[in-house]
Parts: sequence; C-alpha cells; structure tokens
Amino acid sequence: MKKGILRGLALIVVVAGLYLVARHHGMPADARNTKVGEQSVAPDFSLPELTGQKLALSSYRGKVVLLDFWATWCDACREEIPHFVELQSKYGDQGLQIIGVSMDDGPEPVREFYQRFKMNYPVVMGNAKAGELYGGVLGLPIAFLIGRDGRISAKHIGATDVSVFEKEIANLLRKGALMTTDLNTTDPSGRTPPSLGTGKLLFTIVLAVVLLLLGQSMVRHRFFEGGRFHRNGSVGQ
Amino acid sequence: MSLSIRFRQMPAVFTLILGIAAIALPSLAFADQASLTPASRLINPDELVRILQSAKSEKPLMIQVGSHVLYTQAHIPGSEYIGPASSETGLQSLRKRVESLPRNQFIVLYCGCCPWSHCPNINPADDALHAMGFSNVKVLFIADNFGADWADKGYPVAKGD
Repeated sequence: MKKGILRGLALIVVVAGLYLVARHHGMPADARNTKVGEQSVAPDFSLPELTGQKLALSSYRGKVVLLDFWATWCDACREEIPHFVELQSKYGDQGLQIIGVSMDDGPEPVREFYQRFKMNYPVVMGNAKAGELYGGVLGLPIAFLIGRDGRISAKHIGATDVSVFEKEIANLLRKGALMTTDLNTTDPSGRTPPSLGTGKLLFTIVLAVVLLLLGQSMVRHRFFEGGRFHRNGSVGQ
Repeated sequence: MSLSIRFRQMPAVFTLILGIAAIALPSLAFADQASLTPASRLINPDELVRILQSAKSEKPLMIQVGSHVLYTQAHIPGSEYIGPASSETGLQSLRKRVESLPRNQFIVLYCGCCPWSHCPNINPADDALHAMGFSNVKVLFIADNFGADWADKGYPVAKGD
C-alpha cells in the first residue's frame, strides 16, 4: 500500500515536471516548425522602415493591424493599396493600423511608389526571414488581419475585395481594446510557447488515472483487507 | 414596334455598348499578361517534376525570373536566380546568362510571384529568349503562386541562395 502511494506521488511529480518544462521552453517561431494560422499569435519582427528607423510589430499591440505583404511589381498589390489608403483614413482613429511589408529587392522603387500612391501607413522592407515567420510568403499579395490581442484573425492570399477587409476590420475594432498580456504572448526572443491546451488535457488525464488507482488501492486496503466488506457486497467480518 | 419607339431606344443601346466597351477594352489590354504564352510552350509542375526525377530525361536549365526574396524562401532545387524579368536589368542578366548556350538548349523559365494572368515577369523573359533564337524554351505554368502550386503540393524545394 505504502509502495503504491509512493509510486503514485512520484508519477504525479514527474508528469507535473514534464508539463512545466514544455510550458516554459517554447519552440522558435520558425515557419518550418510552427504553422501560422488563424488564432495563433502573430510572430513579432523588427524591420526597417523607408526612413531607416526600425518598426516592431509588437509596438502596435492594442490596435487592429492589417499586415500586408506586397511588392511594387505586383499588379494585384497595386490594385489593393489605394483601398488600404482609404481604410487607414477611415478607421485609423478607431484603432486600425495598416503596415505594408515590401518584398521588393531594394527600397528605391518602394520610395517612389510610396510617394506616387500617397501611402499613409508605414512600409517596412521585408526579407526571406520575415516571410518564413509568417509561414512562407511565396506569392503576393498576402495579408494578415491581427486583432488587438495580437492574434491572427484572418489570412488572405491573393487579391481580396476591399469589402471583405472592411467587414473584418469593423468586427475587430468593435471587439474593443484588450491590452491584457496573456500567457501566450510572444517573448522578446521571438519564441512562442506551444499551445497549453494539449498539455493541460494530458496532465489532467494522467492525474485522474493516478488518483483513481490510488483511490482503489486505499479502498482495497481499508475495506477489503480489513474485512468490513465482502466481494458479494455483504457487510461483516 | 413603331419606328419612333426604336429611335427613342437607340441612345440607351449605344450607351450600353459604349459602357461595355469601356469596361472590356482596358481589361483586355492589361489582363492576361502571362497567358500570352502559347500553350505549346507551357509545362505543368507535375511534368517538370517527372523530368527532374527521371534518370533518362534531359535536364533543363531552370531560371527563376521573379523576386529574389521569394527565391531565397523557396525555389526549385538546381534553379538559378537571374533577376526580375519585368525590369531591364533583369532582362540583361538573363541575356548574359544564356548568350553562350546552344540555341537548342532546354530551358525552363518560372516565376510564381503572382496569379498567372498577373505575372509581370514571365512574358518578357520568354520573349527575350525567343528573340535570341532559343527554340527549346518552356514556361512553368503556375496558376496562383509558387507556394500554392509547387511548395504546398510537396514538390522539391530548396532555400537560400
């Protein structure tokens, strides 16, 4: 009996330890190992704007962000951008921030484009690493809508009608500002902890099984070995 | 129907025709850039994979004529990056790369930056090679983008330069 209880306790300690290790050592936010999709935390990045200053995505937590991967040579992107300029004007004071990530090879054509299209939101120069952070940007345009909580709400591949964006933006803005930092916040190193859901579930199941076995062991010892209850349910010595 | 009614309807009919023409003509002019490539010069992704995996087939010189950032994220193993063919610099690099090759060299051009009908790179590259006399050039048909039509289908990819 004593051995059984000790074994059970040891198992609980091991499982709890494994759970804590998994919780605090997240895998790098690498497109090869993680799938960036809806409801996942938008990977943070720090990229140079056309002015040369660095822009960090995390500094926009609390705003609704439309992150648009584009390039000056991309026809579909050129069709979308004037609409994005309108959206930024219309919803900027309600908390919308559009950020363009140019996948051009250099900033010169981007600067000229920025002036010509009177863009009114920041544009950063993207690179392969930024593309990989977001699951691989292997075609343009690709746009991500990110809620105030920093989670990806939608991903749009290819040209998308502006009415779709506007509807989603309006919905996200209505949800209100959520400035709480939850356990799934991306840490400064760019690592994102794995989902807690699976770990918690496994831990609960294992704990339940262990407690059940312990309980059975205690019952057997207290009642059967003590002779108060017989297997056929009758009571007596 | 009396003649007077027909004549009253004519302005509306003309307006309708002009309106349709106003919408259709610009679309015809600017759309379908890449679809100008004749079907006989197209090669599908699965065909190219079969050629690359076959021990007997002649292997083509594969050239990516689109974006360098996209190329470094993922490209067909063994393919070369030459520069965007929508720019004169890219076209000059392409001409320089192939000028010493025999004119029957098997060459495959591809891009995958954008949906096929909007790709600004494929046609200029294809036209440039044909103007130089190359007779065995194929263009990889990528309907949406390199991600959807090649990488996501599990075809081989390489990263970096």
